[in-house]
Amino acid sequence: MDNVLEMSGVVKRFGSFAALDGLDLTVARGEVHGFLGPNGSGKTTTLRLALGMLRSNGGSMRVLGLDPWRDAAKVHRQLAYVPGDVSLWPNLTGGQVIDLLGRLQGGQDRTRRDALLEIFDLDPTKKARSYSKGNRQKVALIAALATDAEFFLLDEPTSGLDPLKEEAFRECVRQLRDDGRTVLLSSHILSEAEALSDRVSIIRDGKVVESGRLSELRHLTRTSITADVTTVPDGLDRIPGVHDVVVQGNRVSVQVEPVGLAPLMEAVTAAGLESLTSQPPTLEELFLRHYGAPAESSPDAGSQPSEGR
Amino acid sequence: MRESLVGTFTLVRLALRRDRVLLPLWIIAFALMAYSTAAASGDLFPNEQARIEAATTLNSTASMVALFGRIYDPSSLGALAMIKYSAFMTAALAVLMVVITIRHTRQDEETGRLELLSSGRLGRNAPIAAALVISFGASIVLGLVTTAALIGGGLPVAGSLAFGLGWAATGIAFSSVAAVAAQIASSSRSAIGMSVIVIAVTYAFRAVGDLADPGPSVWSWLSPIGWNQQVRAYAGDRWAVLLLPVALGVVLIPVAVALRAHRDLGTGLRQDRPGPAGWNRAGVWGLAVRLQERVFLAWAVAVVVFGVLIGSLAGTVSDFLTSPNAQELIQKLGGASALTDAFLAAEIAIMGTLVAVYGVSAANHLRSEEAAGHTEVVLATSTTRTMWATSHYAAALIGVALLLLLTGVSVGVGAAVALHDSSQIARVTVAALAQIPAAWVVTSVVLLIFGWLPRLTYAAWGFLVAFIALGEFGVLWNAPQWLMDLSPFQHTPLLPVGTSGITPVVWLVVVSVVVGGIGYLGWRHRDLTS
Repeated sequence: MDNVLEMSGVVKRFGSFAALDGLDLTVARGEVHGFLGPNGSGKTTTLRLALGMLRSNGGSMRVLGLDPWRDAAKVHRQLAYVPGDVSLWPNLTGGQVIDLLGRLQGGQDRTRRDALLEIFDLDPTKKARSYSKGNRQKVALIAALATDAEFFLLDEPTSGLDPLKEEAFRECVRQLRDDGRTVLLSSHILSEAEALSDRVSIIRDGKVVESGRLSELRHLTRTSITADVTTVPDGLDRIPGVHDVVVQGNRVSVQVEPVGLAPLMEAVTAAGLESLTSQPPTLEELFLRHYGAPAESSPDAGSQPSEGR
Repeated sequence: MRESLVGTFTLVRLALRRDRVLLPLWIIAFALMAYSTAAASGDLFPNEQARIEAATTLNSTASMVALFGRIYDPSSLGALAMIKYSAFMTAALAVLMVVITIRHTRQDEETGRLELLSSGRLGRNAPIAAALVISFGASIVLGLVTTAALIGGGLPVAGSLAFGLGWAATGIAFSSVAAVAAQIASSSRSAIGMSVIVIAVTYAFRAVGDLADPGPSVWSWLSPIGWNQQVRAYAGDRWAVLLLPVALGVVLIPVAVALRAHRDLGTGLRQDRPGPAGWNRAGVWGLAVRLQERVFLAWAVAVVVFGVLIGSLAGTVSDFLTSPNAQELIQKLGGASALTDAFLAAEIAIMGTLVAVYGVSAANHLRSEEAAGHTEVVLATSTTRTMWATSHYAAALIGVALLLLLTGVSVGVGAAVALHDSSQIARVTVAALAQIPAAWVVTSVVLLIFGWLPRLTYAAWGFLVAFIALGEFGVLWNAPQWLMDLSPFQHTPLLPVGTSGITPVVWLVVVSVVVGGIGYLGWRHRDLTS
């Protein structure tokens, strides 16, 4: 299988600050690749490098087999990008922006454009300055999805969408995969990547720290479970994969790895289970657990410092 | 009321911090211009007879009165020296105060900065109050600094104080106009546009009023700019008139506050109408044109109106100097037509520098588009960096050329009518076209800085101001020749006076190509920056 994106040992510095510090990332053709990391870990910088908007200070990079800096326009003909913070011309309407971007891209599918307007429920006659963040994001999403691109770079595309539109977006991504397109989806929400991705890469402080199929990364994730039981059983903390057992009266809270789920359920059921809540693992917890400290949020890592005006 | 003002002081401090460079620079620029003019006027009009002659001529020339107003004491040096400043520069000052006020009200709402601050402890009226504290304060400081500058320039103390306070009061009036417009308009741009229209209309009001016989009629009294002239600094110093603009400013504040209570943050009372659902222009070129066309059209209208006015003055030039000595001088210089040509050449040179202002502001789209994040969206398509930059750069260059063409034709038509000589149109148009390369050089400086030091792109304005200042005051300041030669405007042939060769024009074109080219090099090799 050939790779649509290949980055190895990529370094990007802003002044003395290294936003990317030897980053390796590969995205195979036809996959949906989740690109996970906390705020400020370098996700956006990586995408901007792949688009040729920033110039790397070291390492090698191939996008669709080309150098994204030298052949930016050629690369872009085959890719579509949705920025994380979509900024539009305030006095153009959403419909104008969608058409304009389609034209700049070199063509878009009219029928699909109209269908997408319908799906995302966007009024194309409104001026962009009156759009909310979610609506601006829809404009960029529709413009991208209506093109015939090979490779879709989506930077936190759902951060402004309501749950209904988020589901519509997920359906669109699945459609893209069925059509054999490649998607790189950056996110700081683990569950979102989980729902869509074939493979994920996790970035932290400018380096990819984990990469693989989600099932392979399962060992990294823990579910938090809180259960009310008639009598608290002994020895819960001796079940393999169960951690951080806290007992308060008849209430038990634990963190459990996938491997410990079944034995834990048996134990609490036998103890007279009355109520149960579970929370999916979050990326933050994952970092907290596996990399010692909470992922630092260095505010300027993802985007460059903006000037005060 | 008290609760709604919570946080004003914090906002004022924030605004002062953001404007700590620009605001003092503008104040100094206004004061410096006033000083230079005041200092030069003594030599220009050495005795009472020369003053009365010049003032009488001005007062009897309709288009001069329309443009600048009347001189109410023909023997007063100050009234004569500051005539252009009492209306024309007052309007410029009003625009400055409008921009400052909008910048700290609607523009902050648009960028979302105010929303961020509003979530903290911030009263609803604090942003208006803070913006007005800044613009009122700036008006007063500017007025007082100007007073000092005029006194330093050798003009009488009382008149200088009246003049400075007139500016301060006018600034206060138009700051409040802008505060009201900020509540009504649907965006910060249209708020500035609305306020500038108010300035232009009141400017026209006073022109009508000043032209009336006997002037000034009631029209002059309907205009804040007219009020400023009716203070009559150096010609009676009517202090009571100063109360009018201040009163207007004070009356408009509660209006702005009341309007603010009826709208949401980020929207105006005037809502956006739905627009077209599709794009039917060319791609990147269509975008560049779309972003510049409205401002361009406003400039085109202004250039044509002023061009015709200035052109129509041509017939009266040789009447300016009626004394036997002056007449003899005119004959030595080649007759009245030579004097007319000199006048036309000087006016066209001024229009050339004004159009350069358009060039710089249009080319600044390069930076404003990049900083706003729009460039990122465009460059992610198959548009190349070179193509994108060229679209904005070329649109600015072509805009400059078209505006100067319009200048030439309209001044030419005005002059042709005034002199009953249709051949003026062609020669004046050629003279205006000769201004294009110098304006292109200044426009290219924007691309140069944008390419290498994007965050300092606005410094191109500094170059423009420096070039203009060297031309206006270089001789006065005894600036060395090499410094004066740095300004492209110094190398533009002063047509239609002579038949200067085409060489300097060609050189200026070469310089602008080189300057722009170096800018491209930087742009192609740097990161996109926000």
